[in-house]
Amino acid sequence: MKILVNGVWHETAGGELASALEELGYGGRVVATALNGEFVTLEARGRTPLRDGDRLEVLAPMQGG
Amino acid sequence: MLELYGTPLDSRLLLGTARYPSPAVLAQAVQASGCEVVTVSLRRESGGERSGQGFWSLVRGLGVRVLPNTAGCHSVKEAVTTAHMAREVFATSWVKLEVIGEDDTLQPDVFGLTEAARILCAEGFEVFPYTTEDLVVAERLLAAGCRVLMPWGAPIGSGRGLNNPLALKALRAHFPRIPLIIDAGLGVPSHAARAMELGFDAVLVNTAVAQAGDPVAMAAAFAQAVRAGHAARLAGAIEPLELAAPSTPVIGKAFLG
Repeated sequence: MKILVNGVWHETAGGELASALEELGYGGRVVATALNGEFVTLEARGRTPLRDGDRLEVLAPMQGG
Repeated sequence: MLELYGTPLDSRLLLGTARYPSPAVLAQAVQASGCEVVTVSLRRESGGERSGQGFWSLVRGLGVRVLPNTAGCHSVKEAVTTAHMAREVFATSWVKLEVIGEDDTLQPDVFGLTEAARILCAEGFEVFPYTTEDLVVAERLLAAGCRVLMPWGAPIGSGRGLNNPLALKALRAHFPRIPLIIDAGLGVPSHAARAMELGFDAVLVNTAVAQAGDPVAMAAAFAQAVRAGHAARLAGAIEPLELAAPSTPVIGKAFLG
């Protein structure tokens, strides 16, 4: 299936958000996730299924003012 | 001693972490400033990048508290969701709440800000709202549950100093016991000293340090200015006069005419 990750389309095997993050190269990273505009906690990633066309935001700590 | 949401702080200077020439210079500037709180943000990172992880590791090594922001958020929903995400990543209930209303000035949308503050305070966040000098908005933010306010000095990154000192003085006078932090728009250490002389509790600086010719030296200069301004406030400044008042005694002056 295809999902939009940080504005870029990616082909993934689907399944849960947690496994998709591993597949996309985020394994072990300190990131926060939002699916279709809604925050998904770290704890909920393992039971959050992805659907074709989902919009995923993966945010990391960054410099800020 | 300054206390923000029950956390005592020795330093009255807070630093932003953006726009430094390198991570090493950022780390040195934070150390030179003696600051105990730095602002951070959340941004997109692709699976192949590691910059965010490296940055977070650097900040954790500095031994300072982090104040995550919601920079760039234009709606209540965006700001609230970003705050939720920041709380998980940075493991703090502190949030510098920004809801931007206008892109040219990055002026806060004070209506969205008060609404987002109400939601987040009710959820247990300790909200540092980036606001204007408007006194009524300040009242609303306090009613929403905020116990610290961060009025702007001037538009973010503008380096103009205190655009509206009269209104800022009124804000200080009206809320004598609420921690007030001047956030944004300061350009040089004298601006920070001025803010402290007016009785503000702290200042938050980013661009003026990060983009200085020597950010580390400028961080130290801001730290000195903040200390001097605060000491002057405690010492009690004289009132300005319209005309001269001779400092040397007039009585006893020789008649030599």
